[in-house]
Amino acid sequence: MKLVYFAWVKERIGVAEEQVELPAGIITVFDLLHWLKGRGANYEAALQAPEIIRVALDKEHADHSDPIAGASEIAIFPPMTGG
Amino acid sequence: MTADANTGRQPGLQIEPEVRIETGRIDIAAEIASMGGGGAIGGLVTFSGYCRDEGGRLSALELEHYPGMAEREIAGIAWQALERWPLLACRAVHRTGRILPGEEIVFVGCAAEHRHAAFEAASFLMDFLKTRAPFWKREHLKDGSTGGWVEHKDTDDLAADKWHRL
Repeated sequence: MKLVYFAWVKERIGVAEEQVELPAGIITVFDLLHWLKGRGANYEAALQAPEIIRVALDKEHADHSDPIAGASEIAIFPPMTGG
Repeated sequence: MTADANTGRQPGLQIEPEVRIETGRIDIAAEIASMGGGGAIGGLVTFSGYCRDEGGRLSALELEHYPGMAEREIAGIAWQALERWPLLACRAVHRTGRILPGEEIVFVGCAAEHRHAAFEAASFLMDFLKTRAPFWKREHLKDGSTGGWVEHKDTDDLAADKWHRL
């Protein structure tokens, strides 16, 4: 699965994108964020408050309760500050 | 009506929104000149957003975006505006990259036969663009250092939420 990161999430994790193999039992966006958070200090720093993190599945906004099955690109980023 | 999953397009609408994401300056006068007139349009409402210097503290803003999603998300909002108000034209232009104080960040224009639709649609477009379009601002400071990422404002969420109640 391809994960892409933006803004301070990208900066804290240290890469713009990566391919990951998800363990069994990662069903929802919430599961994914909490699994990622445990992968190391950089992920912990980026995802210390997972509830504020926004996620897009194949470039569509998703809720944390949404299932991630079928998505080929999952984007993880802070609340947006455009305009 | 059901929006097309890829484009956000609503069936049955004749007008298409114009959405552009660009690195160069936005020529506001040229945008306005190319949207107004034509005989059918009675009112054109535009919003131009500029980079502040924050009291002289900032040397630039750096805008990052999610290519592909940013265009699609703004287009989806614009299609919703076209569905909600009888617009004759709808345009959104957003810059990305390095933007200097005084320069444009965003331009939104909505044209209609009468002013109320144009005012409301332009406001709607900006409110949702701020909360849904994947852009992030980072500050560059006058002393040459890189400042922090601009923080999201809860008041922007409230501004967008009000449209669900209207």
